[in-house]
Amino acid sequence: MNEFLKNLLSKSPIVLDGAWGTQLQNKGLEPGEIPDIWNLNHPEKVYEVAKSYIDAGSNIILTNTFGANKIRLSESQEFSSKVKEINQRGVEISKSAANGKAYVFASIGPSGKLLMSGDVTEDELFKVFKEQAQTIVEAGADGIVIETMSDIEEAVIAVKAAKTTGLPLVACMVFDSGKAKDRTMMGNTPEECAEKLLDAGVDIVGSNCGQGIETFLNICKRLHNASLRQVWIKPNAGLPTVVDGKAVYKTTPEEFVRYVPDLINAGAGFIGGCCGTNPEFVIQIRKYCSSYNQIGL
Amino acid sequence: MEDLKKLSEAIIGGDAQSARAITEKALSQGIDPVRIVHDYMVPAMNEVGQRFDCNEYFVPELLLSARAMKSCLELLRPKLASGGVKAAGRVVIGTVKGDLHDIGKNLVAAMLEGGGFEVIDLGVNVSPEKFVDAVKNMDANIVAMSALLTTTMPAMKTTIDALKDAGLRQKVKVLVGGAPITEKFADDVGADGYSENAPGAVSLARKLLAA
Repeated sequence: MNEFLKNLLSKSPIVLDGAWGTQLQNKGLEPGEIPDIWNLNHPEKVYEVAKSYIDAGSNIILTNTFGANKIRLSESQEFSSKVKEINQRGVEISKSAANGKAYVFASIGPSGKLLMSGDVTEDELFKVFKEQAQTIVEAGADGIVIETMSDIEEAVIAVKAAKTTGLPLVACMVFDSGKAKDRTMMGNTPEECAEKLLDAGVDIVGSNCGQGIETFLNICKRLHNASLRQVWIKPNAGLPTVVDGKAVYKTTPEEFVRYVPDLINAGAGFIGGCCGTNPEFVIQIRKYCSSYNQIGL
Repeated sequence: MEDLKKLSEAIIGGDAQSARAITEKALSQGIDPVRIVHDYMVPAMNEVGQRFDCNEYFVPELLLSARAMKSCLELLRPKLASGGVKAAGRVVIGTVKGDLHDIGKNLVAAMLEGGGFEVIDLGVNVSPEKFVDAVKNMDANIVAMSALLTTTMPAMKTTIDALKDAGLRQKVKVLVGGAPITEKFADDVGADGYSENAPGAVSLARKLLAA
């Protein structure tokens, strides 16, 4: 494993951040608007989100670059040529919010295309992810998190592309399919995913999004046993319900944090939240994790 | 009929090439296209749906079977049409306004086509007006909407309201789906049905049209 991550994990559990997309929506991001574009148009709002997680006690925050790959950005004519600027600004904003108090891991999300349907080829995906990863390393990120992946084949390509940067590398799958909700959309188990991601050279495997925290215990345990490493976990604040035309996540920070001890026992070394979580969740996780080793930054 | 059992097997196994070849041969032998569809293809797709329910099949297997089914239907449809047999229904499908994620929508469209429906794919980011126009102009009897984002799911209600305002709501059955959608949400926005997965959407569409 990467030395930097090995050292970091000697101080685990490491507190991650919460959601970015749902936080930006609270600040006026319109439905359907590409959040990553805000790095250029509303950097101050993106900074506010980053800073809110630093203030809440995150040891690692991510960047607003989840969809900043060429395929996603080509949904907008104006921004399809700005992969570099958007990623660069994304890393800069998070770094300036962190200001040496936390590490910045840049987010790489899925392309939104399905390899199997022939909408995109493996070569194209590799190029697209490599372009994003190279920009991220040049901008000075401390690591890369490939996240919210539903297709292990795409995740493996992203890992291989990001591996070219030499940065510490985390890859997370979404497990939300099958009766026990322990498979990816394409049917892969945590064990299969861990094996393929490690073979591709990832340092840490994990799972994010898709479900509420209660279902992550089983997934976490299985990823831990399969990878023999501590696991990166970011659950949603439950599944959303719609109240007055707005999506509302029902899990409270207090309910969420009740699962954190069991997650740590199940092998989680990095814990944060995905959709619907906010700085309040991080404050609660921080509070609990402070009883463990403090990370010395 | 040994050959036609192999048609079912080819569809279940996702082997489009064999499925198409068997269909071609059967048609050349003068076998009734309606029988090919009803006795061999529909049961095959039902089996695929069951295997999906049992966690034996996942998205890749669904896609392959739907592709095999579609390939056969391309050969059969002209014959069925000239024999006066109509499609199971006409569906307009799209992701709702603001939502650009189309993997789920494409999968449902493929399964519906495989299930014998005529599918008019309006693509992504489809406005309520565009859904209304399509229902009006294409004479559809099903509207299928997909949303991946919690921020865009309220657009399902806007679209249903637009169908009501246009006086078209009684004319169509509305299906909704997508990762954040639940049965309760579907009820709340006044949809006719919700399916958690793509094979479920096909049986739901059939059930709603039969009701």
